[in-house]
Amino acid sequence: MPLSHPSRRLILQGAGSVALFGLGVPFAVPALAAANDKYPEEAFKQKSDADAIKALYGKPHEASDKVKLDAPEIAENGAVVPVSATTTLTDVTSIAFFVSENPNALAARYQIPQGTAPSVANRLKMAKTCNVIAIVESGGKLYSATKEVKVTVGGCGG
Amino acid sequence: MIRLASLALALAAISIAALSARAADKPDPVGDAKTFQKFFTDKFPKLKPEDFVNGPYSMNEDLHRQWEEKEQFPPYEFALEAGKEMFSKPFKNGKTYADCFPNGGIGIRQDYPYFDEKEGKVITLELALNRCREANGEAPISYVRDDMASLTAYMAYTSRGKPMSIKIPNDPRALEAYQKGKEYFYTRRGQLNFSCATCHVQSPGERIRAEILAPALGILNAMPIYRSEWSGMGTTSRRFTTCNSQIRGVPLEPQSEEYRDLEYYLSYVSNGLPISGPGARP
Amino acid sequence: MASTIRVRATSNGDTTEVQALIQHPMDTGLVKDAQGQIIPAHFIQQLTFEHNGKSVFVADWGPAVSKDPYVKFAFKGGAKGDEIKVSWVDNKGTSDATTAKIQ
Repeated sequence: MPLSHPSRRLILQGAGSVALFGLGVPFAVPALAAANDKYPEEAFKQKSDADAIKALYGKPHEASDKVKLDAPEIAENGAVVPVSATTTLTDVTSIAFFVSENPNALAARYQIPQGTAPSVANRLKMAKTCNVIAIVESGGKLYSATKEVKVTVGGCGG
Repeated sequence: MIRLASLALALAAISIAALSARAADKPDPVGDAKTFQKFFTDKFPKLKPEDFVNGPYSMNEDLHRQWEEKEQFPPYEFALEAGKEMFSKPFKNGKTYADCFPNGGIGIRQDYPYFDEKEGKVITLELALNRCREANGEAPISYVRDDMASLTAYMAYTSRGKPMSIKIPNDPRALEAYQKGKEYFYTRRGQLNFSCATCHVQSPGERIRAEILAPALGILNAMPIYRSEWSGMGTTSRRFTTCNSQIRGVPLEPQSEEYRDLEYYLSYVSNGLPISGPGARP
Repeated sequence: MASTIRVRATSNGDTTEVQALIQHPMDTGLVKDAQGQIIPAHFIQQLTFEHNGKSVFVADWGPAVSKDPYVKFAFKGGAKGDEIKVSWVDNKGTSDATTAKIQ
């Protein structure tokens, strides 16, 4: 039960011992960006998921039961929807999430270098009830899973 | 949706205790707490008593999973850190919050609110914090959010797991405050004509529009809370005032007597249940 | 000034699990404030994680990622005591970075 989860007791102690000495180490942002794929500005500008997928990958995707997308049935609140994806596919180079009825469908794209597990959990904003689509790039091909998440306007609150 | 038959039965169960107390002309907090807790544990036999402090998350599996995911790295993390820092930062006169509280303010949240026999009123943790500030030459802070929520988040955290331990001294004024709080809880108000009990006693686990209602038992144990709806932290005062607005009633001033008495009653009848604050809520 | 980045990196056999929570408004640019003025878009665009000088994870984010964003992933390798470098840059060009030790 979360209340007794050991890592939570460490939140305050942990924050002290785990983090916080990045100052003095110069991080040249352009150099970092060069080591990775460029930020997909155009894809983030697209409205529909079809256009965003096209801008991001330029190739078709097929539904696959080897991609597991985890998202709630009814979002507790559209501002913070926990969404995660994992796959048993190999040679995965990226995982991306799309929220079909958001003003811009592409929510996030994760670059997965060799040695990193093809699995990611994040929290997304959803404007309304619609499909969340996870796309996994494996061996240069695209595989997807889709799930409808209901988003409601809150009532009085619990 | 609220069903009239179960509504009547539920009201009857609680009212019987209330009526007999009234008939005897003496409030019976001990009896009330027993009846109150039994009502909820009977209604939700699969839950352990301590589960009730998780509000709507103990009422619905889908919500529970979302909450568990977020608790891995909770949204109140930053407020909690800020609260710890604030708590230890000295006032301009060199004193700190620790000087105002028993045990330096650590691990005491479960004793609030308490009835101050000198003043003859209920003192909440937030009220005590602002009094501490003013006694040390600092300006009071808002009761509903931001710094106050951060401070109470830290203090609640130091009490995590401790059972709520509200005391009612053998003083007729304390009993009166308790009873007034109880009456507030069961009185209908606002254009929607809801009492606190309408939602949180008669319909826990059910939906009001799209939201799942929390049970009244343990409902304050997670305070202060990070609500997704607020995209931020809020105290008990914030929730009381916003709820009054939502039922289209006139919200009272935070820390008004009615709210303090209400908090006194609601906390007392949840005695024994663990403090779980700071908490997250939809 | 304290970093905006909170990281928890734990070693589990030959895998290191990383969770990060970052204090950032992630404003979409579509919301108005109390005065009716649009709150400008302000969100992290790229978040990178490095171990032993090698990139182990890169997040490309848009404003649809929640406020105070969270991410969890895992990579092979990494031992207790190793350092993970985490850094982000947002659409305003602001950046932050921190280092965390694997527990």
